[in-house]
Amino acid sequence: MTFKQLMAATCVAALGTAAQADGVKVGMITTLSGGGAGLGIDVRDGFLLATKGNDDIELVIEDDQRKPDIAVQLADKMIQSEKVDVMTGIIWSNLAMAVVPAATAQGKFYLSPNAGPSALAGKGCHENYFNVSWQNDAFSEAAGTALSGEAGKVFLMAPNYPAGQDIMAGFKRTYQGEIAAEVYTKLGQTDYAAEIAQMRASDADQIYFFLPGGMGISFMKQYAGSGVDKPVSGPAFSFDQGILGAIGDAAVGAKNTAHWSKDLDVPGNADFVAAFEAEFGRLPSIYAAQGYDTGLLLASAAAKADVNDADAFRAALKEADFQSVRGKFSFAANNHPVQDIYMREVVKEGDLVTNRIVGTAATDHSDPYGADCKL
Amino acid sequence: MGWMSALLLIEQVLNGLQSGIMLFLMAAGLTLIFGVMGLINLAHGSLYMIGAFAAAAVAGATGSFVLALAASLVAAAAAGAVIEVAVIRRLYDRDHLDQVLATFALILILSEGTRWVFGSFPLYLDVPAALAGPVTLPGGIQYPAYRLLIIVVGLLVAAGLFLLIARTRIGIQIRAGESDREMIAALGVDISRLYTLVFALGAALAGLAGALVGAIQSVQVGMGEPVLILAFVVIVIGGIGSIKGALVGALLVGLTDTLGGVLLPLALSGVMEASAATSVGSALASMSIYILMAIVLIFRPTGLYGTA
Repeated sequence: MTFKQLMAATCVAALGTAAQADGVKVGMITTLSGGGAGLGIDVRDGFLLATKGNDDIELVIEDDQRKPDIAVQLADKMIQSEKVDVMTGIIWSNLAMAVVPAATAQGKFYLSPNAGPSALAGKGCHENYFNVSWQNDAFSEAAGTALSGEAGKVFLMAPNYPAGQDIMAGFKRTYQGEIAAEVYTKLGQTDYAAEIAQMRASDADQIYFFLPGGMGISFMKQYAGSGVDKPVSGPAFSFDQGILGAIGDAAVGAKNTAHWSKDLDVPGNADFVAAFEAEFGRLPSIYAAQGYDTGLLLASAAAKADVNDADAFRAALKEADFQSVRGKFSFAANNHPVQDIYMREVVKEGDLVTNRIVGTAATDHSDPYGADCKL
Repeated sequence: MGWMSALLLIEQVLNGLQSGIMLFLMAAGLTLIFGVMGLINLAHGSLYMIGAFAAAAVAGATGSFVLALAASLVAAAAAGAVIEVAVIRRLYDRDHLDQVLATFALILILSEGTRWVFGSFPLYLDVPAALAGPVTLPGGIQYPAYRLLIIVVGLLVAAGLFLLIARTRIGIQIRAGESDREMIAALGVDISRLYTLVFALGAALAGLAGALVGAIQSVQVGMGEPVLILAFVVIVIGGIGSIKGALVGALLVGLTDTLGGVLLPLALSGVMEASAATSVGSALASMSIYILMAIVLIFRPTGLYGTA
C-alpha cells in the first residue's frame, strides 16, 4: 500500500500539474473489520468494479472499524496529508454525522454510498454532499405505504442510533394502522431473547424490524427458534444478500423494501450482477449496488469536469449522468435520490436463499426533509 | 400484574439466567487465568470466536452438532495451548501493561487470521433440528428448547468446574498456584505445565461458549470482543480469581442486563410519554450493568468474593 502510494505520488510529481488536474483523488473510509465488515467490503468492491481501469480516479481506502473517533482521525488524515478531492465510503449514520459536515465545510465533495441521516437531508444539507444511496427513512416510508391495510398492528424494533430512529420515523409517517409497540435495542446487540418475549406477549400481528449485518442474523435465528409465528418484514438491510446465507431458511417469506434487487430488469443490472459474481465469487448485495453506482457517478463527473473547478464538478455530479443499476436515478434539490422502491420477498432458489421483486412500493420517491434544505 | 405479564416476567428471568450462564463460561476462564497466573488476557474473546468458527466449519462439513461442539472444545483448547507456549509464557514476569499490549496484538492477529481463512461474511451455524422449536414449560410458558439446553450445559460445566477445583489433584495445584506461585514451584510441581493446562482449560470453556452461542447468533470475526467486555465486568463484580464470584457475577450481570432492558422502559412509561420512556429506558438499561458494578465496588472494593 505504502509502495503504491509512493509510486502514485512519484508519477504525479513526474507528470507535473497538468496530469494532476485531470485526476480525481478519492478517499474511501469504510468498515472493513469487525461486525459490520461485510457491508463496507461490498461497498468497496462495488466501487472498485465500477472504476476498474479508470485512470482518472486514484483511490485511497481506510478502515474505520465502525468507530466514529477512528473515522474522524482518518478523515483528517485524508484531507490534510493525502489531499483528497472527494470522500466516500461511510456505512453508518453515526459515523457519517461525525465526518461529513467537517469534510464538506473544508470544500471536499462527499458521495454517500450508504447512510442518509435525516439531519444531512434537511437543515444540514450541503451543496458538496451527494447521497447516492437513500435518505434513511426511504425504504420504511415505502414499506409503510405498501403494508397499510394488510399488516394490522405492527411491532417496531430498531437499534438506538440515528439510522434506527430515522427508519422507524419513516414507517410511522406513512403507515395507516396501529403501532403495537416500539422497541429500541443496543447497536451491535447479539441477543434478542428479551425482545422476542415482548413480541410473544404483545397483540401485534406483524413484526417490522431494522437490524443490519450480524444483528439481523442473530435476531432471525433466535426468532425462528422461539415459536412466535408472526410474519416479519423490514427494510432491505434486515434481509440482505450478505446475511441471508447465515440466516438460512428462517428468513424465507419475509417481505422487505429496497431500491434494487439482483432480478431487477433494467439495462445494465444483469451485466453488473454477472461481473460482480465473476470478479468476487459471490452475489452482490444492495451495498455492492450502491458502491457500484457511486463509482459510476464519480466517473461520469470526472469525465465531464475538472475537480479543481468545484462549480463545474458539482454541476456534473448533480446531472447524475450514468446508467444506474436501479434504473432511473436523479437528484432532488437537496442532492438526495429520486428513485423507485420495490417490495421484495425472500425466496429459496435451489440451495440459495435470496430476494425476488414482488411489486413496486413507491414510484419516484424522494425524502420529506428536502423542504428544510436551502439549496 | 396480570397472569400474562407474570408469564412474560418468568420468561425474561429465564433469558437473564441463560445469558448469565453463557457469560460464566467466558468469565470462568478469564478469572482462572488471572487468579493462577496473574495474567490479563484480552485475547480471551478471540478464543470464543475460534470455538464458534471451528463449530461452524465442522457442522458445515459433517452436519453433526455434537461433533461441532467437540471441535470447538478441541480447537479452542489447542489454540490456547499454542498461544500460551508461544506468547503468554514470556509475559508472566512483565507488568500488566505489557500483558495488555501483547494480548491486544493477539486479538488483531487472530481476527485477521480468521478473516483470511474464512472471509469477512458471517458463517452459517444453526441449532440442531431436534432442538429447533420451543418447549412448553409448566404454567404454559413457551421457551426455546435450545436456550434450555444452554442453561443445562452451563450448569453442568459449572458443577464440573467446582468438582475439579475442590476435589482433584489438578484443582489442589490450581488453588495452591493462586495463593503462592513460588512455593508450589519449590515443592516440585511442574509450574509451566500447570499454566499451559489452566490456559487451555480456560480457552476450551470460551470456545464452548462461542459454539453454543454461535448457533443462535452471528458467527463472524470480532464476535468475541463485546462478550469480553461483559466478562471483565463479571469478574470485577465477582472478585478477581474467584470461580464462585464469576458464577454469581455472571448471573447478576445477565439478569440485570435482560430485566433492565425490559423493566426500565416499562417503569418510566408511568412518569413520561411513551416514546421518551422508550429511549430514556433503553439508554439507562445499557448503563445498568456498569451502575451495578459501581455499586458493588463502593461496598466491596475487591468484588463480592475477592480477597484483597
